[in-house]
Order: sequence, then C-alpha cells, then structure tokens
Amino acid sequence: MAYIIRRILLFVVTVALVSVITFAVFQVMPGDPIRIMLGPEADETQIATLKAQLGLDQPLYTQYFEWVKGLFTGDLGQSIRYSKPVSELIMARLPVTISLAIMTLIIVVVVAVPLGVFVAQRQNKLSDLVFSTVTQVGMAIPSFWLGMLLILYIGMNVSFFSVSGYVPWTKSIAGAFGSLLLPALTIAIPQIAVKFRYVRNAVLEQLRLDYVRTLRSKGIKEKMVLYKHVLRNSMIPILTIFGLITAEVIAGTIIVEQVFGLPGVGKLLISSISYRDFPLVQGIVMYITLAVVFINFLVDILYSILDPRIRLS
Amino acid sequence: MKKIANQGRNVNLIMGLLILCSFLLLMVVSFFYTPHDVNAMLVSNKLQSPSGVHWFGTDEFGRDIFSRVMKGTQTAFFVGAVTVAIGVTFGTLIGGIAGYVGGWVDEVFMRLMDALMAFPGIILALMLVAVFGPGMVNTSIALGIIAIPTIARIARSGFIQHKEFEYVMSAKLAGVSRFKIMFKHILPNVSSPLIVAASISFGIAMLAEASLSYLGLGVQPPDPSWGRMLRDSQAYLTSAPWYTYAPGIAITFMVLGFYMLSNAIRDIMDPRSD
Repeated sequence: MAYIIRRILLFVVTVALVSVITFAVFQVMPGDPIRIMLGPEADETQIATLKAQLGLDQPLYTQYFEWVKGLFTGDLGQSIRYSKPVSELIMARLPVTISLAIMTLIIVVVVAVPLGVFVAQRQNKLSDLVFSTVTQVGMAIPSFWLGMLLILYIGMNVSFFSVSGYVPWTKSIAGAFGSLLLPALTIAIPQIAVKFRYVRNAVLEQLRLDYVRTLRSKGIKEKMVLYKHVLRNSMIPILTIFGLITAEVIAGTIIVEQVFGLPGVGKLLISSISYRDFPLVQGIVMYITLAVVFINFLVDILYSILDPRIRLS
Repeated sequence: MKKIANQGRNVNLIMGLLILCSFLLLMVVSFFYTPHDVNAMLVSNKLQSPSGVHWFGTDEFGRDIFSRVMKGTQTAFFVGAVTVAIGVTFGTLIGGIAGYVGGWVDEVFMRLMDALMAFPGIILALMLVAVFGPGMVNTSIALGIIAIPTIARIARSGFIQHKEFEYVMSAKLAGVSRFKIMFKHILPNVSSPLIVAASISFGIAMLAEASLSYLGLGVQPPDPSWGRMLRDSQAYLTSAPWYTYAPGIAITFMVLGFYMLSNAIRDIMDPRSD
C-alpha cells in the first residue's frame, strides 16, 4: 500500500510540474503573443479586446489556476484559427489517433512476443550479432522515411491501401483498415525491431531457472514449457515494455499522421504550430503528455499488483 | 564463442568508426568542394535520374542531390554537437549537484528532471519550437534541453556512488573545495557512462532534427537538411524515387554509426556488460 501511495504522490507531483512547465514555456515567449497572433496591422483596441477575451490581463497565477481548472473541466479556451473550443477540436480528431495507436499496439504485441520467444530458443553468439544489428537499424531509421518507403513499395502497388487520408470505421471497416494499416506498420516496425529483444531477454532469464529444468525432466513438451510456464512468468518485464511503448507509439502518431495525411491530433498540432494558434498548441501538448504520464502510472500500479516483490522492495 | 563475441564488439567499433569518419570526411570536404553548386537551380534539369553527372539525381529545382546530401552533413553535425554540448554540460551540472549535495536539492532537481522526461521528446521539441520559432539554432537548443534529464540521471547515480568512496573522504579532510572535489576528482571517475550517453544523444539529436525538419518546423531553407529534403521528396515519390533514397540512407547510416560506436564504447569501458 505504501508503494501505491508513493506512486500516486509522484504522479500528482509530475502532473503538476508538467502543467507548470507547459504553462510557463508560453509565458517566456519572445515578443507579445497577442501581437504575433493578430499580425502587424492590429491596433491597440483589438489587442486589448483579445487580451481580455483570453484572460491575459489577469495576474499570472490567476491565469495559471484558470488554465488548470480548464484542464479538468475540458475548457481550454478558444482556438485562434478555428474560433472553436480547443477541447472540441481535439475530441473531433481523437478517434483517428486512438485507432492508429491501438492498431499499432496490437501489431507490436502480436509480432514482437512470439518473435522474442522464438529467438530465445535459438540463442547463440552469431544470431545475437544479427539481431542486435536488426535492432540498431530499427532504431536508426527515421519513421517518416520508413513510411514513405512503405507508400512507395506497398501503398502504390496494392489498391487495398489508401496512402493519403482517413476512412472512418463507421463508413467502411475495410476502408478504415486500408487507411490505417500502413501508418500503423510504420510506427510498429521500429518498435518490434527494438522490443522483441526485451521479450527474448525476459524469456532467457526464466529459462535458466530451476523450475524449467524440473518441468523438462518431468517430460513436459517444450512448447508447453515455453508458452504455458515461461511466457507467463515473463509477463511482468514484458508488460513494462508495453507500457513504455504506448508512450512511444503516441509520440510516433504525430509524425506518421503527417506522412499519411491522417487528420488526427498530431496533424492538428503541427498545423496549429504553423498558424501560431497558441491555445491549441498548449492544449494538445498538455493532453498528450497527460495521457502518457497516466498510462505510465497505470503500468506501474499494475506491475506492483502482478508482482508483490516490487511493493516490498 | 568468446571469439565471436569479441568480433561482434569489433564489428560495432570498426563499422561505427568507418561510417562516422566517412561522414566527417564528407563534411570537411563539403566546406571547400561539392561536385555541383548546392543552390544552383536549373529547371530544365529537374528530377533527373542518377547518372555520371548527377550521382544521386537532381531535385525538383534541378539541384544536384549528392551535393546537397554532402552539405547536409554540416547541419547534422552542427545540430548534434550543439545538442550534446548543452545536454552534457547542464546534465552533468544538475545531476552532479543533485547527487553530491543530496537532500532537498536532489529532490527538487530530480523531480524537475522527471517532469521534463514525462513529456514525449518530440512533443517537448515541438512546444519549444512553437514558442521560440524554427531554425537550426533553435532546434539545437530545444533538442539540447531534451537531452538534459537523461544525462542528469546518469551523472547523479555516479556521483551518489562515488561520494562515499575513500578518495573523496580524504579530499574532504584535506580541505579541498566542494567544487574541486565534484569536478576534478569525481567527474573523471564517472565519465564513462556519460561518454556513452553523449554518443547515443548525438544520434538521437540527428534523428530528431530530421523529424522536425520533415515536419517543416526544424532547419529552414536555404540551410540544407536531410529531413527537409525528405519532406520535399515526398511529392515526387513515384515520379522520382531516387530523390528520397539518398537523404534517407544518409540519416539512417549516420545515426546507426553513433549507435554502433556507443555500443562499442560501452563494451570496452564496461566488460561486465557481456
């Protein structure tokens, strides 16, 4: 219990600091943001009106607490460019990004876990060298370039895939798959290249333990040993990895949405930066980071429930 | 078995050095010479496929892609070097002080570092670029800030470990100043993991710069950037696929070189990691 309370406290402190940083960065902006937003032709009354409208005539700490209150109530102010509430704009793009993230996670888990178990059985120094090279290349290749190569070699040749734009699930399930599968693969491939080795290491660590020898000497089939006993005991390190991946996958969607022209939260963020739509940028940054911090927090808690040793250490 | 393991280590070291030295050489040469003028536009020459005159073909303005890839090494190394310089300087300072002084100083510094690390790297970079504007220098500073927490954590754990050692005790008894103990006595002893982290940060910074430039928010024209070239090449993906190959391969190999080198350094400095 002490562990869980400490985790909760740490979570609250992190969220508070993240919100302070996100708020503060937009305060130290060089130049007057209002002037930048309105352009050089704006007159003083226009500037004063917009300032009052955005609450920028209030003292800083009032502005901060108003903004934090908005985070909880979903009222993060108005987008300058769209003249719509920031939260409404984010909500409208969320289904695309969440669909992409979930599809990516499924691909990573379905490929990386069996692959990791498979290579753990065939461990020698030469294969280690090959696999570590695969991992290094997977880490080095820029995701957006990988996306472009997938468009060039698969998207252009197989009519099932659409290489630009998004088809909602409600409209056509096949269409949604066609528009999301390549972007999901783009994020998933480097993740698989890195994470299958974590699975492999977790399995190898278990294979060395006594209970595996006992099972084998009892004549249990190797497949049963691996998938029923070893994999189950390796789940804790594997779970942590997938907690970490979730953060990386969410970050990955931002770039990959741009490559495939998917109208998700990432694309909204990039265009709002180009249009200097600061309330929208601030809102998206805050919500994405909150999501990542929250997922990591959940994984930590889950981890300690699964493995009581963590709570005690 | 041991022989192959040693060969694996050597492969990383030799390949990493080979790749990085080739790029360094390309960069040095590109200051004095490129096969064609980097910015010379000739529309009649646009989107030519690779040939003896244009090894990697030409882009949509008829500019020589090989020359631009060469010039791009300057941007990549500049961004990488500035990022690592900022990350290592401030990371070591913050982590060193937190680890050596301990107590509430440690708590405050490290919670701040945790909060910075809580942001996905690309999100933090985008936020900083949104506020301070794009460009080569701002991109490098933003990426440098992102590199600080990782370095700080590594430095901190080294300083915590070493401050209990006898050589630090005796330096203290001899009346050596705190600053001198930290940076003249402890720092050289905890530097190897920092060097490994710096080498990885170099690669990560180059990859991040390419991503930001691809999004149009990093290095701005006329500064040549591989990420920017890839952004421009996307419109001609089917009509001129060679346009995308050269900068993409350049980034991948450059980053790979740094990862290989950092793996090799780690193995050499810490043989226990086998």
